[in-house]
Amino acid sequence: MSQDIFVVIEHLRGQVADISYVMLAAAGELSKGIGGNVIAVLLGNKAEGLAGNFAAVQVLYLDHPALADFTSDAYQKALAGLISEKQPRAVLFGNTSIGADVASGLSIKLGLPLVSSCRSFGADGKFVSQICGGKIMAEGDLPSPTALVTMVPGGYKPEAGQSAQPPALTRLEVAGLDALRVSLAKYIEPEAGDVDIAKEPLLIAVGRGIQQQDNIQLAEDLAQAMGGVVCGSRPVIDQGWLATSRLVGKSGKHVKPKVYLAMGISGAPEHAEAITDSNTIIAINTDPKAPIFDIAKFGTEIDLFDLIDPLIAKVRAAKGG
Amino acid sequence: MNIVVLVKLVPDLVEELNIDPSGAALDMSWLRLIINEFDDHAIEQAILLKERGGGQVTIVAPEYEGVDEVLFTAAAKGADRLIKLSGDASAGSAQVFVAANNHALARACAAVIKELQPDLVLTGVQANNDLDGPLGPTLAECLGMPYVGYISGVTVSDGKVTARKEYPGGLIAEMEVKLPAVLGIQAAEQPPRYVAVSKVRMVMKTAAIEERAADALDPSGGPAVGRMFQPEAAVHAEMITGSPDEVADKLVSIFKEAGVL
Amino acid sequence: MPERVDFWGIPYTWGSPAIYVYTLMFLAAAILLVRFYLRARLWWQVGRPEVRWDKLHVRIGRLIKYAILQTKILSQRYPGIMHVCIAWAFFMFFLGTALATIDTHFYKILVGYPFLLQKLVMDTFTVVFFVGAGLAVYRRFIQKPRRLTLSAGFTFSLVMIILIVLGGLLTESLRLAVEKPAWAWWSPVGWLVAKIWIATSASDATLTAWHLGVWIAHLLIVVATLVTLPVGTLLHVLTGPLNQFFSKLDRPTGRLARLPENGKGEPIYASTLRDLTWKQLLDGDACTECGRCQDACPAFAAGTPLNPKQLILGVRDALRADGRALLVKDLQAPLLVGEKIKDEVLWSCTTCGACVCECPVLIEHVDAIVDMRRYLVIEGRMDAELQGALENFGRYGNSFGQSERMRARWTQPIQPPIKDARREPVEYLWFVGDYASYSPTLTDVTRMTAEVFQKIGLDFGILYDAERNAGNDVRRIGEEGLYEMLVEKNTTALSKCKYQKIVTTDPHSYNTLKNEYPQTSEVSETSEVSALPVLHYTELLDQLIRSGQLKFSKKLGLKVTYHDPCYLGRYNGVYDAPRRIIQATGCELVEMPRHGERAFCCGAGGGRIWMAEGEIQASPESSPRRERPSESRIREAVALDGVNTFVVACPKDMTMYRDAVKTTGNESRLQVKDLIELVHAAL
Repeated sequence: MSQDIFVVIEHLRGQVADISYVMLAAAGELSKGIGGNVIAVLLGNKAEGLAGNFAAVQVLYLDHPALADFTSDAYQKALAGLISEKQPRAVLFGNTSIGADVASGLSIKLGLPLVSSCRSFGADGKFVSQICGGKIMAEGDLPSPTALVTMVPGGYKPEAGQSAQPPALTRLEVAGLDALRVSLAKYIEPEAGDVDIAKEPLLIAVGRGIQQQDNIQLAEDLAQAMGGVVCGSRPVIDQGWLATSRLVGKSGKHVKPKVYLAMGISGAPEHAEAITDSNTIIAINTDPKAPIFDIAKFGTEIDLFDLIDPLIAKVRAAKGG
Repeated sequence: MNIVVLVKLVPDLVEELNIDPSGAALDMSWLRLIINEFDDHAIEQAILLKERGGGQVTIVAPEYEGVDEVLFTAAAKGADRLIKLSGDASAGSAQVFVAANNHALARACAAVIKELQPDLVLTGVQANNDLDGPLGPTLAECLGMPYVGYISGVTVSDGKVTARKEYPGGLIAEMEVKLPAVLGIQAAEQPPRYVAVSKVRMVMKTAAIEERAADALDPSGGPAVGRMFQPEAAVHAEMITGSPDEVADKLVSIFKEAGVL
Repeated sequence: MPERVDFWGIPYTWGSPAIYVYTLMFLAAAILLVRFYLRARLWWQVGRPEVRWDKLHVRIGRLIKYAILQTKILSQRYPGIMHVCIAWAFFMFFLGTALATIDTHFYKILVGYPFLLQKLVMDTFTVVFFVGAGLAVYRRFIQKPRRLTLSAGFTFSLVMIILIVLGGLLTESLRLAVEKPAWAWWSPVGWLVAKIWIATSASDATLTAWHLGVWIAHLLIVVATLVTLPVGTLLHVLTGPLNQFFSKLDRPTGRLARLPENGKGEPIYASTLRDLTWKQLLDGDACTECGRCQDACPAFAAGTPLNPKQLILGVRDALRADGRALLVKDLQAPLLVGEKIKDEVLWSCTTCGACVCECPVLIEHVDAIVDMRRYLVIEGRMDAELQGALENFGRYGNSFGQSERMRARWTQPIQPPIKDARREPVEYLWFVGDYASYSPTLTDVTRMTAEVFQKIGLDFGILYDAERNAGNDVRRIGEEGLYEMLVEKNTTALSKCKYQKIVTTDPHSYNTLKNEYPQTSEVSETSEVSALPVLHYTELLDQLIRSGQLKFSKKLGLKVTYHDPCYLGRYNGVYDAPRRIIQATGCELVEMPRHGERAFCCGAGGGRIWMAEGEIQASPESSPRRERPSESRIREAVALDGVNTFVVACPKDMTMYRDAVKTTGNESRLQVKDLIELVHAAL
C-alpha cells in the first residue's frame, strides 16, 4: 500500500494523447495535496520511446505484444495485475474511449472505489467531478484504499504535465494475457476531408441552434466571406449535415484556432473540452445560461439568424473596402 | 441471437436542476426523467440487429417514474420482452433507483440478466448522471463478460461480433469480441426511429411488462459525495449587446484584433 | 301557324326515322351507362364505405349552385364565361331536345308562340355556345395557360361538341333555306346562314339532300360523343355533379375525419387504393384537369414536388391501372403511397386549403393527403427535423423542446398578474398557443395582447403550465395518436376551469378547438351541443367595437394591407372582423390581389415549419423565380402603392413574414405587424 499516484497513459498509433499530460499535471497537483509520487503507467509493445517527456517520477512500462494496440480486455487484465500488486493511493484514467473502457471493470474486479468525470483535485485532495452536461459539480473526499479516477480535460493544461527531463523507466513483464476475448481487427481512417480543421486559424462552428440543414449555407457564406472553415458539434454531424472530418468534440477533433465562432452551440463538456485551447472563442447563443459563455471570451444573445446577414455584409465591406 | 438492452432513465437537462437541502444530491422533486439518449441508441441498434439477423430483443430497466412508457415504446419498435426491475416497495422504487449509483444498478441488473443468458448486451456508453463510471463496463464485469465501449456499428457473425469503436478525430477501430459480451453504444447505425403514439398505445394493450424484484441495492464502489453545487464560472464571456448591426460591427473589430480579418 | 315538323326532310322510305334514331340513341345510352357503370363501380367496390347521402337538401342546393349556376367556375372571368356559355348552351339544347321529344310523342306544345320562342332561345344559345367555343379554342391553342392539360383527348371533346352544335345549326339553316317560312327571323342565326344556302341557288332537292347528310352526320356524332363520354374528357359532365353532390357538408375542411377502423377494430392507414373511401376515388374521376388547384398551391409555386392536380390524377390513374384487378376481394392491393405517390409529395403540403377552395367540382385534396400522411407517420417515414418536433410535442407539449414550466414565462413582467384560469373563474379563457408563448421574437406581441385585454377591461385568464399545443398541425401531419393525447390533456385542463368563452390569438389553435375538439371527446360524438365556444381575438375585438365597449382614441392613418391567415379565413370564414378592426383604428386598407378566400399561404402550415425546407426549385410550370411562398407574398404586398405595413393575425405568419421581409431585402419598405399592435397603438 503506497501513497503513489498512478497515471495510465493513453496513446494511439504512436501518439500520446493530450489527456495523458492533463492527467500527469492533475496527478502532480494531487500529490501536492496528499503526498506520494507521480508514476506514469505505460502499456504497449516496443513503446518506450513515448515516455520521453512525462512529468513523472517514474514510468512503469508494461511490455507485451498483446498490448501493442489498445484493447479493453488486455489492458484491463494487465492493469489488474499491476494495481493489485502495487496498491497505489490513486490510479488516474482518461474518461475516454480508452480509459473509460477499463476503469469500471477494474473497480468491480478489484473491489476498489471509482470516481468518474473528475475535472480537478482540491488542495486537500478532494475530487471535483462534473455531471449533467457540466451543469452540476460534485465534490468529495478521495475514496480509500485505492481510488480509481477517470478524468476529463479542462482542469489543467497539458503543458503542465510535460517535462524536459525524461523520467526513469522500469520495464515490467506482463503475464496472463492469453485467452483474450477482444482483439483489434483493423483501424479505419477517417474520410479524408478536404480540410484539416485542427490546422485552421479561423473556424465557424455550428450546433443545434442552426436548426436545419439548409441554414448551414449561411455559415458557409460567412466562412467564405471571412476565409474560414465551417465545422460543427456532434448533433450537426450525426444528422449528416457536415462531414465527420468537420466534427469538433471529444470524439472528433481538438482544435486551437485563433478565432472560434460558435453559433448555436450550447457548450456541453464534450464539445467544450475540444475547443478550450482556442485563442479567442466568440459564442452566439440565445440562451444566456448556455455553458459556452463560461469558456468564451466574447458572447452575444442575439439570434444568429438576425446577426448573420449583417455580419456577412460588414465582413465583405471590411475586406473590400 | 439473444440480445438484452439495459436502459437507464436520467434527469432531463431541459429542466432546471437544483441541489436538495442536504447539499450533496440532486433535488429529485423537480426532476423530469427521460431515457438516456445513448440507451435509446442501444435499443435502436438492437432492433437493427434483430431485423438483419433474427433473434430476440429483451429490454431491462429499473423501475423509474415513467419507465413503463419507455418500455412500451421499445416494444412498439420491435422489442420482444420487457422486464422491469422493482425495488423495495416500502421505500418507493422510483426514488430508490434514481438515487442509486451505477455499481448498485449493475449488481442488481446482473442477477436478472444472467438468467436471460444473452449473447449480446447493449447499453449506452454513458449517461449524464454517471459519477462512478458508466453502467456498461461495470455491468460487464459483474457478468464476467468482455466490454468494448464507444461503439457506432455492430456486425454479428457466428460466435463473435465485430464492433466499430470510435476514437477522437474520426478514427475507427474494428474490434472483434467473443460472445457473450457487453457493448457500450455511442451511436446506432441509424438515428432512433420514430414510433407513432397510436402504435405505442396499441402495444400497451398487447405487450406485458414482466416484473422482477431486485435485491437490496449495494452501492459500494461508488464515491461519497461531500457536496454538489452549480459551477460558478471563473470567467464569463464579455457580452455584446445592441442591434444586429451594432453587434456585427463589434465582431468585425474583434476579428481584426485577433488577426483573422 | 308555325309549328314543329317531326323529322323534316328525312325520308320515310326505309321506315320511320324514329326507329333509327331511337334505336341508335338507345344503344348509345346503353353503352354510355354500361361504360360509366364499369368505371363507377370501382369507386365503391375498391374504396372504403363512407356516408355521404345525409342532408339531401343541402346537397341538392350544392348541385344547383355549383353544377347549374357554376359559381366556382365563374370565380375566374375568362374561363368562367367560356365554360358557362358552353355548359348553359348545352343545358338549353338538352331542354330543347326534350321539348321536341314531348312534342313528337306526347303533346304538341311546339306550336305558335311557344314554338317561336323555343326557336329564338335555341338560336340565341347557339350564338352563346359559339362565343364560348371561340373562347375555348383561343384559350387552348393560342393562350395555352400552363395549368391546363393540352392533350388530344381534350381537343377531341371540344371538336365533337363544336360539330354537334354546328350540325344543329346547319340542319336548321338548310331547312329554313328550303321552307323559307314567314317566321324565319325567329331563328335569326339559322336564317342568316340559310341565306347563304339560298344564295348558292342550289335546288330544294339538293338542299334537302344536304340536310339529310348533315342530319345523319349530326346523329352519328352525338352517338359517338355519348359512347366515348365515360372514357373521355367529357366524363366530368357526370362525375363533376356527382362529386359536388357528395361533397363534405362542413366545407371548408375545418374538421378532419377520424382514423377509420376496419371490421376488427384495427385502424386503417391509407397506403393503397382500397384504403381510400369511394368518395376519394370519385374525386380522381371528377377531376377536369383544369389546374386551378395547381395555380393556387403555394407548395407548387415554391417548386416542391407537390402538385395537387397531379396528386388527384395520380389516384385516378392508379384506379384505372389497378382498379379492375382489385375487384378480386382478397388480392393484395399494390402500394399507392411511396410508389405512385411519393413521400415528398405528401410532405410538401401546407394544408392551406387553397386547392379545395378553388376546385370547381369540389375535390377534397387535403383530406386525402392527411389520410396518406397518417400511413407515413405510422411507418416512421419522415425527415429528422419533423421527427424531432413530434418527439418534442410528445414529451413537452410544444415544438420548441422547452419545459412546460417555461410556457408562461412571458407573463412575468405583466402587472397586475394575469389570472390563472385553473384557479379562478374567468369570462374569457385565453388559449395563448405555442409560438406566442415560447418564441422569443414574439414575446413582445404576446405581452401587448395582454396589455390590450387589460386596458379594455376584459375578464380573462390563461391556463399557464397546463396548456399544451392544441394539436391542429400535429393532426394535419398525420400523427393522430399524438393529437388525441394533446386533446386529452387540454380538455382535461379546460374541464377544470370555469369560463364563458375561449379566445385565442392563434388561428391554428382556433380551428381545431372550434371544429374538432368536440368530435374527439367521448361525450359529444353525436351532438354539437358541447362544442367549445371559441373566438379568435379579432372576432372578440370586432364584437366589442360594434357594441361600443371598445373605442379607439387615435386614428393611426397608416396605409396597410392585410393577410388573411389560412385557418382563420379560408377554413373558418372570418374575413370581415379583422378588416373592420383595421378600419376602426383609422388605417387605410389596400387589398393584395390574392386576398380573402384567395389569400396565399405563408408556407408554415401542415407541419412544414418543422420540416427541412429542401431546395427551392423552379419547375417548368411554376414561376421561374426561386422563392418561398412567404417571399412571393411579400413581393405582392410591396407592389401595392404606398403600403408600408403588412398586417397579420397569426403568430406563424408573423414569424414567416418577418423572415421573408429580410430575405427579400424589403426591410426599409415594409413592416410586419400583428393586428393587435395596431389596436394597441390606437387605444
